[in-house]
Amino acid sequence: MKAKVPLSHAPCPRWSPPPLIANPLLRWGLLLMGGLYLLAAFSTLEINWERVAAGMSRSLQVFAGFLQPDFASRWWEIQSGVLESLTMTVVATVIGTALSVPIGLGAARTLTPLPVYLFCRGMIALARTFQEVIIAIFFVVLVGFGPLAGVLTLSFASIGFLAKLLAEEIEAMQPAPLEAIRTTGASWLQLVTYAVMPQVLPRLVGLITYRFDINLRESAIVGVVGAGGIGATLQTAFSRYDFDVAAAILLIIIGLVWATEVGAGAIRRRIQ
Amino acid sequence: MPVSVVHGHKVWQRRDRATALKHWLGWIVGVCLFMVCWRIIAGATNWFFVWDAPRQGSEFFGRLFPPEWSYVVELGRPFWDTLNMATLGTLISVVIALPIAVLTARNTTPHPLLRALGLLIIVVSRSVNSLIWALLLVAILGPGVLAGVLAIALRSIGFVGKLFYEAIEEVNPAPIEAITATGASPTQILSYAILPQVLPSLVGVSVFRWDINLRESTVIGLVGAGGLGLQLDAAVNALQWPRASLIFLVILLLVLLSEATSARVRRSIT
Repeated sequence: MKAKVPLSHAPCPRWSPPPLIANPLLRWGLLLMGGLYLLAAFSTLEINWERVAAGMSRSLQVFAGFLQPDFASRWWEIQSGVLESLTMTVVATVIGTALSVPIGLGAARTLTPLPVYLFCRGMIALARTFQEVIIAIFFVVLVGFGPLAGVLTLSFASIGFLAKLLAEEIEAMQPAPLEAIRTTGASWLQLVTYAVMPQVLPRLVGLITYRFDINLRESAIVGVVGAGGIGATLQTAFSRYDFDVAAAILLIIIGLVWATEVGAGAIRRRIQ
Repeated sequence: MPVSVVHGHKVWQRRDRATALKHWLGWIVGVCLFMVCWRIIAGATNWFFVWDAPRQGSEFFGRLFPPEWSYVVELGRPFWDTLNMATLGTLISVVIALPIAVLTARNTTPHPLLRALGLLIIVVSRSVNSLIWALLLVAILGPGVLAGVLAIALRSIGFVGKLFYEAIEEVNPAPIEAITATGASPTQILSYAILPQVLPSLVGVSVFRWDINLRESTVIGLVGAGGLGLQLDAAVNALQWPRASLIFLVILLLVLLSEATSARVRRSIT
């Protein structure tokens, strides 16, 4: 005899959203591998709990430092370091832009023959591969300690960002004006001036303001390897456990970054 | 249309006189600013060393090659540590950034004050470079991989959180309305209307940040946070350039690997 199940009690199949990875083997395999990796990673993470516990009291000092930042006692170092960081940012952004525009034009496949394209793409890849601090080590060896090494570092690193995005912008732009100018018999330079630049200039200015922002942040750290800016002062403050001085420097950096972000945003809104 | 008259003929101009003057003024101020900044940089530079750079450079490259290949056996552990700092740091930051993003996005925030708090956390985290976070954490927790993991995580929260909340703000409101109409609770709305829409961009952003973090985790060792940077610092300080060049090669390998992985993952998502 079959029990009659009332309709309202019929088991209702629960809908669940489709999984992100459709193949179940791949999905579970990835999960399993991820779990195994995490296990391995955490088990090799050597944590010295005694040192961490000792550090907790120091973290209170850090908080106290942030509540009462000490701008005064090392004001001279802070002021010259911040000024150096700012000037490095300005100079590096200008030089970086001057280098990036030709390289970016060369790295756009729609504008240039293959050898030039490959050369420019190679430059971009080289500039993007290494972190700023590693490039800074190179330039410090080349031109000695000081802000010039920082300027060269940031200019070089700017190429990887500005030229790459400029090239992508050019490759994605409308081909119609390019063709129109080309049919008038324009030279390559005229093509760039009248067909390419008007289309990508607003975007380029936006990218430059972004890069200015990034350069300011990076200029605060290349000092760690001796390439000028506020980084060296900050490192000294931390290694002496002068947390109130370090807090003052960090607050200045945060304020400056925030100000440039707001300024850059305003410029981008006006142009685009 | 701005027109000037030359010899009785009308000539088209791009800008009228006032805007042209403003334009020139902008250029002059910009050039002056650049010159002043350059003066400051040049004043702080020891030019003797700069003119010496070509000789230094050729000597330097001579010292870099050939790399000390046998040193590679000692790099296994730092390589693993670097990978872990990037991966665990990114994971921690994603876990923390997700609730912050939900609190910060205009369409899901429970209260404007919480939104302001979320924005503050994001700005502070983003403004401070991971190397500086590492300086701070090494001073608190002592040198080691843990400080590196946390430094990477603290820097990434702002980046990931910002892109997450922007993705949440851009969702299509229609599914939210539909799910709300069924009488769903706020968590159900979040998991059935918002999450499916933003999931691809969440994964994309996380992988993108992981790619960036791998580069950064190669250098935060310079301030004592473990990984390849620690070895690099030791090699550079001891002027063991053949070792340094091998570390550069390993970093290059790591970066290429991460770039390929992240490009592949992002391509398969979109």
